[in-house]
Amino acid sequence: MSVYLDFEKPLAAIEGEIRAMQEVIGESRAPELKAELRRLQEKARAMLGDLYDNLTPWQKTQVARHPRRPHCLDYIADLMDEFTPLAGDRLYAEDHAIIAGVGRFCGRSLVVLGQEKGHDMESRMKHNFGMARPEGYRKAMRMMDLAEKFSMPIVSFVDTAGAYPGIGAEERGQSEAIARSIDRSLSLRVPNIAIVIGEGGSGGALAIAAANRVFMLEHAIYTVASPEACASILWRDPASAKSASQALKITAEDLLDLGVIDGIVEEPLGGAHRGRAQTIALVGDLLDKELRQFDNVSPARLSAERKEKFLAMGRDVPIMTAAMARRRKALKRGKSSRGRRFRSLKTLKR
Amino acid sequence: MNWIKNVVRPKIRGVFQKRSAPDDLWKTCPACKAMLFQQDLKKSFQVCGECGHHMRLAPVERFRLLFGDSSYDRLTPPKVPADPLRFRDEKRYRDRLKAAREKTGAEDAITVAHGAIMDVECVVAVQDFAFMGGSLGMAAGEALVEGVSWAAERKVPLLVVTSSGGARMQEGILSLMQLPRTLAALQALSEAVLPYLVLLAHPTTGGVTASYGMVGDVHMAEPGALIGFAGPRVIEQTIREKLPKGFQSAEYLLDHGMVDMVVPRAEQPEILARLLRLFLNRSGRVSKRRVAKHDSAFPKPAQQ
Repeated sequence: MSVYLDFEKPLAAIEGEIRAMQEVIGESRAPELKAELRRLQEKARAMLGDLYDNLTPWQKTQVARHPRRPHCLDYIADLMDEFTPLAGDRLYAEDHAIIAGVGRFCGRSLVVLGQEKGHDMESRMKHNFGMARPEGYRKAMRMMDLAEKFSMPIVSFVDTAGAYPGIGAEERGQSEAIARSIDRSLSLRVPNIAIVIGEGGSGGALAIAAANRVFMLEHAIYTVASPEACASILWRDPASAKSASQALKITAEDLLDLGVIDGIVEEPLGGAHRGRAQTIALVGDLLDKELRQFDNVSPARLSAERKEKFLAMGRDVPIMTAAMARRRKALKRGKSSRGRRFRSLKTLKR
Repeated sequence: MNWIKNVVRPKIRGVFQKRSAPDDLWKTCPACKAMLFQQDLKKSFQVCGECGHHMRLAPVERFRLLFGDSSYDRLTPPKVPADPLRFRDEKRYRDRLKAAREKTGAEDAITVAHGAIMDVECVVAVQDFAFMGGSLGMAAGEALVEGVSWAAERKVPLLVVTSSGGARMQEGILSLMQLPRTLAALQALSEAVLPYLVLLAHPTTGGVTASYGMVGDVHMAEPGALIGFAGPRVIEQTIREKLPKGFQSAEYLLDHGMVDMVVPRAEQPEILARLLRLFLNRSGRVSKRRVAKHDSAFPKPAQQ
C-alpha cells in the first residue's frame, strides 16, 4: 500500500521490520517484544522527521509528485460544502485537467479552480495528468468572470507539471489562453488565493496563480521549468535534473525568501501523503484566515494591490548567498517544535 | 612607440582582415542557400533577395527599419539585481551574461526606444534573440515594464517586437514572474486607451507568448517566423509523432486565428503607422494606390 520514494529506502526497511514484528506479536502480550516494537517505532519516527527536515530540492520534487499526495479533488471534497462542478469553456471543449466550480467554504460561497492529476491510471488519463489545454484556461477565465459578477472570492489549488504541449493545444492558442488567464486574474475585482499543493509547473500553473496571496505547501515546488526540462536545455542532459533542481531554487523556502510567495503551510511529519486529512485541514485553516482579511477591501483596491505586488516582485530581491543558506539552516534547526505553520510576508519586509 | 600603434598594428590587422573578407562580404541564405552580398542584406533589412527569407535583425537595424532616418531616443531602464540565484550550470550565469553583453553591446535582451514610425510617435521595445536567446529575465522584464509605463504616462502607443526562446532559466522563478509583471504593466496602457501592437519575429516561444506576446490589440508576424508556446522538439517528444509541415509558422498561426497578418519587413512600418493612426483617430497621408499593393494577408479595400 505504501509507496516509498528512493530516499525513503532505509525507512522502508525499518517499517517492514515493524510490520513483521506486529504480526509476530499478534495477540501475545510479551512485554519485551512490545518494548522492542516501541523502540523501532520511535526510530522510524525519528528517521522520518530527519529525512523530511532535510529534503534536497530533488527529493522535494519527488515528494511534490508523490502519487498519494492529496490532490485538488481531495481538498475540495474535504473542505467544500455544496461543491458544484461546472464544465466547459463555451468555445470548444471541456478540459478535465482543470477542475472548476462553485461551493461553500466556512459559510461563504466561492469559486474553486485547480489542476487535478488523477490518482490511478484511469483518472490520470481522464485528467490528462493535470496538464491543461487552452480550453482549461478559458474555462478558468469563465469562472473568473462568474466570480466577479457575483462577488465571490476565488481559491486555486495549483498542481501541474505544466500546460499540455500538443498539436491541438498549440493550434487553439495555448499561449494566448495562458496569457489571457494571467491577465484576467490580475484585473480581478474579487480576492483570489492560490495554494501550490504539489507541482507548480511554469506558465501552466501561473495561469491560475496570479493571486492576491500565494502559498505553498512545505514540500511543494514552483518552478519556471521542470528540473528535467531545465537540465536538458542548459546541461544538454536530462540526467542533470538533480543539479538543475538545486540551481533553479524551487522549494517553498526559496520562493518565500525571494518574495514570490506569501507563506508556507507546514506539512505533517513525513509529508502530506502521510497525513492527508491533517494537511487538508491545515490548508482549510489558512484559507479561512486569509479570506477574512479581504472582507472589507474594495474591489478596485484588490486589483490594484495585486498588480502592485507583482510589479514590485524582484525589485529588491535578496541575492542568494552562502551566508543566507547557513542562516536558514540554523533557523530550521531552531524550530524543533513544528509550530511554524506559515510565515507571513510582513515579517519578511525589510 | 607610436609607430607600432600606427603602422605595424594596422598592417597586421590588414593581413587578417583580408583573409576574413569573404565572410564579411557574403552571407549564405539559410533557406535557399543563395550567396548574398552583405551590403544588399543591410539595405533589405536582412531579407534574402532570392527567396524572401527573413533573417535575424539586430535591434539597431530594427530601429532603423521602423524609425527610418528620423532620430530616436533610447530609454535607460533601472538596474535590477544581477544573478539573484547565483546560478551556475556548465558555466556561471554571470559569465554568460558578460559574454552576451560583449557580443551584442546591449545591457540585456530588450532594448526600448522612443521615436516616430512614419511620423506617428511610438515607443518600441525590441527583443534581441542574439542576447541569450532573447530570454525574458528580470532586466528584460524591467525594461519592458519601464517602457510601458513611460508610454502610458506620456500617452504614446507601444509596439513590442518579440523574438525569444522564453523565460531565462538562470533566474528561476523570478523570470517566470515577468509574465504577470509585464501583463500588469500593460493593463495601465489599456486603461489609458493606447494601442498596443505586437510584431512577432522568428522565433517567439514559451513565456513570451504566454504573456505580452499574445495580448496585443493587433498581432503582426514576420513571414516564416516560428511562434508557439511549447517548442516543436518538446511537442514531438510528448506526442511521439512528426509535426505537420509548417506547424507553428506565422502563416500557420494566421490560418488558426492567432495573428492578424503576416507582413514582410519592407511593408511593416507603413502598416504599423497606419494602424496606429487609425486607432488614435489621426488623419493619414497614405495614398490608396500604395495600400492596395500589400500582402494578401492584409485585406484589400472593398473597391478593388
